[in-house]
Amino acid sequence: MRTALILLLMLGLASIPGSLFPQRNQNPMKVRDFVTANPTLSHWLDKIGIFDVYSSAWFSAIYILLFISLIGCVLPRTFEHLKAIGKKPPLTPKYLDRMEGFSELDRSTDGALDAAEKWLKKKRFRVRREELSISAEKGYSRETGNLLFHLSLIMILFAVAAGGLFGSKGEAILNVGDHFINTPTSYDNITFAKFQKEGDMVPFSLRILDFKATYDVTTSAPTDYTLKVAAANPIGSKEVLKTIKVNSPLTYGSTKVYLQANGYSPVVAVRDKSGKLVFEGPVTFLPQDGNLTSIGAIKLPDMSPQIGMVASFLPTADRSPKRGAFSAFPEVLDPRLLVSVWMGNLGLDNGTPQSVYRVDTSKMQRIGLKALSLGQIYDFGEGTLTFEGYKSWVNLQIVDDPGKMYALVGAILAILGLLTSLFTRQRRIWIKIEGRVQIAGLAKNGIPGLDEELSSLKKALEE
Amino acid sequence: MTSRNLAYLSNYAIYSAMVLYTIAFFAHAIEVSFSVRDTATENKTSFDFSRTERSGRIGTAMMILGFLFLFAGVILRGASAHRVPWGNMYEFSITGALAFSGAYLFALFKYKLRWLGLPVSIAVLLTLGTAITVLYRPSAPLVPALKSTWLAIHVSAAIISGGVFLLANTIAATYLILDRMEERGGRNEWAKKLPSLEALDQLSYRLVAFVFPLWTFAVIAGAIWAESAWGRYWGWDPKETWAFITWVAYAAYLHARVTAGWRGRKAAWLCLFAGSTFLFNYIYVNIWGTGRHTYSGL
Repeated sequence: MRTALILLLMLGLASIPGSLFPQRNQNPMKVRDFVTANPTLSHWLDKIGIFDVYSSAWFSAIYILLFISLIGCVLPRTFEHLKAIGKKPPLTPKYLDRMEGFSELDRSTDGALDAAEKWLKKKRFRVRREELSISAEKGYSRETGNLLFHLSLIMILFAVAAGGLFGSKGEAILNVGDHFINTPTSYDNITFAKFQKEGDMVPFSLRILDFKATYDVTTSAPTDYTLKVAAANPIGSKEVLKTIKVNSPLTYGSTKVYLQANGYSPVVAVRDKSGKLVFEGPVTFLPQDGNLTSIGAIKLPDMSPQIGMVASFLPTADRSPKRGAFSAFPEVLDPRLLVSVWMGNLGLDNGTPQSVYRVDTSKMQRIGLKALSLGQIYDFGEGTLTFEGYKSWVNLQIVDDPGKMYALVGAILAILGLLTSLFTRQRRIWIKIEGRVQIAGLAKNGIPGLDEELSSLKKALEE
Repeated sequence: MTSRNLAYLSNYAIYSAMVLYTIAFFAHAIEVSFSVRDTATENKTSFDFSRTERSGRIGTAMMILGFLFLFAGVILRGASAHRVPWGNMYEFSITGALAFSGAYLFALFKYKLRWLGLPVSIAVLLTLGTAITVLYRPSAPLVPALKSTWLAIHVSAAIISGGVFLLANTIAATYLILDRMEERGGRNEWAKKLPSLEALDQLSYRLVAFVFPLWTFAVIAGAIWAESAWGRYWGWDPKETWAFITWVAYAAYLHARVTAGWRGRKAAWLCLFAGSTFLFNYIYVNIWGTGRHTYSGL
C-alpha cells in the first residue's frame, strides 16, 4: 500500500519536467528551437530524456513498478474481501465500556436482544447473535468500492499499455477533390505500435467533397469548420455522405478520422519559354497566422535551369507600411499570390530531405518578384506562372487505438468505486447483557454519524 | 436585447458584485479587528460583541448579495455570446470566483464558518479585480474546438472542484496559523471565536473527500472530450499533466488520512501543497504554458 502510494507520488513528480520543457511528441519544432538556444545544456538534458519524458526509461520504470505494486496490493485484498462477504461480523468485545458511545440502557434485559436484532436487521446491518450479545456491522460496500476503484485503475493502466502496443496513428493532408485510400502509402506520416500489423487497417476510402470554414468578422477567430466527405467502407462499396467536424470525428470501430488543421492550396500552372505546360495543380501552403497568411514553395526541378518559387498566399490581401503585404481576414475575399522566382540549383539531388514549404536558395539567384491576383499571368523570363485559383486543404489525423474503450470502462468503474467508498460509512454496533443492557459502537476512520445512530437505537430500545 | 447590451449588463453586474464584496470585506475586517484592538491592551476586558456581531451579519448579507450579482454577471456573459460562459480566462476567473464564494456560502449554511468571510472576500475581490482589468476580453463566440457539450460538463466540474479545493486550502491555512498561535501560548482574543483545531482539520478533510470524485470526473470528462476533439484521450499536455499531479496529490492526502492516520499539521501542509498544484495549473499553464489548453485569450 505504502509502496504503491510512494510510486504514485513519484509518477506525479516525474511528469512535471514534461510540462516545463518542450516535448518531441507534442512539439518537435519547439524542441529544436530550445536545443539551438541552449546547446550544451540540451545535450545533457537529452541524455536523461527530458525531451521525451513520457516515453523515457525512468518514467516507464515508475509506471511499470506502480502497476506491479498495485496488483500485488489489491489482488490479495480482493480475495480477502470476497471471503469476508459470506462471514458473520466478528465477536463482541469483552469490555464494551472501552468502546465509543458506550451507554447502559434504562430497561429490563428481557427481550432486549430480540428488539435490538429486529431494529438492526431493519437497518440492514449484518447481525451475529450470541447467547448474551449481538455484534452487528454495516458498510461492507466501503471496501467493495475501494477495491473496485483500485481494480479499475489497473484496468486503465492496461488500456493505456494496450494503446501503446497496438494501433496506429497517422496524418494526411488532402486538398478538396482528393481521394484518400486507407493504406500506409497514402499517409504523409504514419507510425505503427509495436505489435500492430500494417495490413490490419480498416479498408475505407474518402473523397473530399467540400470544406467550409466560417470566421468571426471582428476577431477573425474561427467559428466553425465543416468537412464533407464521401466515404466507402470497404473500398469500392457504395459511398456514403459523411460530415466531419472538430468535435465529431468519423468512426470505424476503433479507428477514427479527425479534422485537425486546414489551410489553402493555390492552384498554379507553370509553362516554359516554349509555352509547354511544366506543372499544373494545387500546392499546399502552410498557414502562418490567424488570418491564414500562408507560405509555400513551387519547385520545378525539371526546367533547365531549375526554377524555385518562394511564395505566400494572402486570402484577403492588405498592405501596411510597417508589415508590407499581409492577410486581413482568413476567408478568401481578395486573394493574392506573392512570388519571388529563383533560378539555379534547387539542391534536391544530394539526398538530404528538404521541406516542401521552403526553397533552399543558397545556390540560386533571384530573377523576379510579383504579386498576382486571381487569373493573372506572370512572365518571369524563363517561363510563365498562372495563378489559376485556390483550394482548401485539410489535415486529417487517423488514429486506431484499440485500448480506449477499456480505458473508458475503467474510468467509469473507477468513479463508481470512488463514490461508493467515500460515501459509505462502515461501523459496528454491539449490544451486550452484562447485568444491564449495554450498547457501544465503532466507526471506521472516525466517520461521524455513529453517535446519532446509537442514540436512536437507545431510544428504540428504551421505549 | 442585443449581445452587446447583455455583455455590458454582465460587466455592470460584476462591478456591482465587486462593490458588495468590498463592503463584505470591510464588515468582516471590522468584526475581526475590533476584537484585536481590545486584546492589544490586556487589562481591557470589555468586549462589545454585539457590535461586531452586527458587522459580521452585514458581512454575510453582502456576501450573499455579491454572490447573486456575480451569478447574474456570469449568466449574462453566457447569454451575450449564446453559449456557456467558459470560453476564455476572464470567464473562467469570474466563474471560479463564483464557485469559490458559492462553496463558502454552502459551507456557511452547514457549519459555523462566518470567520472565513474575510479571506474569502479578499480572494474573490482579487480574482474579480484581476479578471476585469488584466484578463478581460470582449464577449465572442467559441472557437470550433470548444463547441461541444463536454465544455459545459468538463469545465463546470473542474471549476466547482477548484472552488471547493481552494476553500479547503483556506481552512487548512487557518488551521496552521491557529496551530502556531496555540503553540506560542494560546489564541489571540479574536481567534477564540474560531472553531477548534479538530473541527478545522475535519472540515478541510471533508471538503476534499466530498469533491475528489468530482475532480476525478472532471479529468475523465476532459479525457473523453480530448478523444473526440484531438484524437487521443491522454497526451500529457501541460494542463493534463498538472491535472494529473493535482489528482495524485489529493489522492495522497486522502490516503495519508484514511490509511496512515495523518491528522493536523502534516495533513494541513499536504492539503496546501495539493491545492497549490491546482492554482499553478490555473495560473501558470493557462498564461505561460504551451500545449492545447490555450484558451485564455491572452
